[in-house]
Amino acid sequence: MHPVVKTVLERLGLGLATLFFVSIIIFSAIEMLPGDFGQAILGQAALPETVAAFRQELGLDKPAYIRYFDWALGAIQGDLGTSFSGRNASGADRSAEVVDKIAPRLWNTLFLASMAALIAVPLSLILGILTALYRNSFFDRSVNTATLTTISFPEFFVAYILILFFASLNQIFPSLANVDPDTNFGERIYRTALPAFTLTLVIVAHMMRMTRAAIINLLASPYIQMAKLSGASQTEIILKHALPNAWAPIATVIAFNLAYLVVGVVVVEVVFVYPGVGQLMVDAVRTRDIPVVQGCALIFAVTYILLNLIADIIGIVTNPRLLHPK
Amino acid sequence: MNKDTNTYSAAGEVGSVLESRSTFTRLKIELNKAPLTAKFGIFIIIVFVGLAIFAPLIAPYGEAEVFPEPYAPWSANHIFGTDQIGRDIFSRLIFGARNTVGVAFATTILAFLIGGALGLAAAINRSYLDLFLSRTVDVLMAIPQLIFALVLLSIFGSTIINLIIIIAVLDSTRVFRLTRAVSLNVVVMDYVEVAKLRGENISWVMRKEILPNILPPLIAEFGLRFCFVFLSIAALSFLGVGIQPPTADWGSMVRENASLIQFAQYDLKAAMTPLLPAAAIALLTVAVNFVVDWFLHKTSGIKDEK
Repeated sequence: MHPVVKTVLERLGLGLATLFFVSIIIFSAIEMLPGDFGQAILGQAALPETVAAFRQELGLDKPAYIRYFDWALGAIQGDLGTSFSGRNASGADRSAEVVDKIAPRLWNTLFLASMAALIAVPLSLILGILTALYRNSFFDRSVNTATLTTISFPEFFVAYILILFFASLNQIFPSLANVDPDTNFGERIYRTALPAFTLTLVIVAHMMRMTRAAIINLLASPYIQMAKLSGASQTEIILKHALPNAWAPIATVIAFNLAYLVVGVVVVEVVFVYPGVGQLMVDAVRTRDIPVVQGCALIFAVTYILLNLIADIIGIVTNPRLLHPK
Repeated sequence: MNKDTNTYSAAGEVGSVLESRSTFTRLKIELNKAPLTAKFGIFIIIVFVGLAIFAPLIAPYGEAEVFPEPYAPWSANHIFGTDQIGRDIFSRLIFGARNTVGVAFATTILAFLIGGALGLAAAINRSYLDLFLSRTVDVLMAIPQLIFALVLLSIFGSTIINLIIIIAVLDSTRVFRLTRAVSLNVVVMDYVEVAKLRGENISWVMRKEILPNILPPLIAEFGLRFCFVFLSIAALSFLGVGIQPPTADWGSMVRENASLIQFAQYDLKAAMTPLLPAAAIALLTVAVNFVVDWFLHKTSGIKDEK
């Protein structure tokens, strides 16, 4: 078998295994709840029969491994269970399906994250390559200091500074990013501008520094020196010699930061009251609505693992050493 | 030995005891040579630690003392005004130094105790223990930390103790990896082998043979992890699932006063209020980063590529 195919298959297998273990961890969230949580959710006035019925609905009378497979099979088919909220002591059940809560918000979150990524990725790659080429120049040092400072800022600090200048003092953008399914595309971009800028500022710093380090590392390697000595031009060195080997580290950098976006999006959504999955998850944590927390966590974790997996695979597929075996 | 300064004898000079500089003098010399950013960082850290320790003496009012006027403007009585239920912002900022920084510090220490001990043990005992711990850490690190923390907090509830334990356990995975990686190089040294053959137990080998040799990278990592833990706890408190009111905490203070920012056109000072605790968080993180940068530079001997 071609070594590339073999390594890719290995990584896929590893990714699946990780996914399996992660899903077990998220599933066991409900396992670790204290024994009387049925009473806690339904209220003190709930009759023992109601509590028993609730426990049966959750399947707590079945062994854990059977429930895990039920839950995992359901999750694969898009059924994440039923929310805890909306239940009360009388046994009346106005709770919603977790999927119905998450689905419309997932689209919003993806929209925001991809908007931030579309601005941040090209910007940081260009900045990273430029600072690596002109390293130790005034430009390099000022960009470096600026990014070192923004890395240390919490996301909400960046967000509120942007709100202060662009929404409050000068009313250019709205400070609340309230969108609904009827909002048209242009309006949507306008309203999510500030959250997207916040996320951009937060990840550009990381991404740019990592790109810079990767390129500098590469430019210091002996074969680039050799190319330089043999009289190749600067562009030729970058395009023909450096880039083929740089795709792997750059892909890792991008995926790493997109994965970081997954986390940053939670805080930013709360600041701008943006109806996304992150905000839903935080609300669910506050009301201890475990099925919703599990559903959101599963989505975030799967995205995170997939992004890292894609980075790995890009790294393998573009690796010249693996592509041209001896 | 001849101490007479008027006569010189070579034997006397050779025989005189060389006085080595005390730790304090050496520290002073190092500090004088430190770059401006590191001095700035050390200064900020000292100020914050001072605020944290002497909070009740410095703060003009109590942590949860309520005054009749909510959202009072900046004035002589209340330097930074009051918050949504009339507590003095300035006093809460000072108490926040104690609570937020204290919790973050305790969490980092706990993370290092767990991660460091397990990392050392895995490096020494490279069999099932190492395999088991390394794979567990791999899986734990496959879930974004903030998301994992949110899941755990929803199960166990948001108390300060739970917060410290959850973040410490999640963060110890990084410490574990670093400790294991750096101590693997030390474990194979002859003197470790000798200590083992001498019959010292695993705890002795860990503390007396390996730990002193891996300390510099661990100390630098301590600074970086502290920043990370500090920012995570601030983020969780900001989200309302971290340190709970009435405890003064910088993260939740930002959230509680955030609505003031809308009035920037009418009262810029009041609009700055929610930014103050956020700026305090940022300032401390920047300061620690500067000091860690300087320390890494000193201990690793790595010079920036020139």
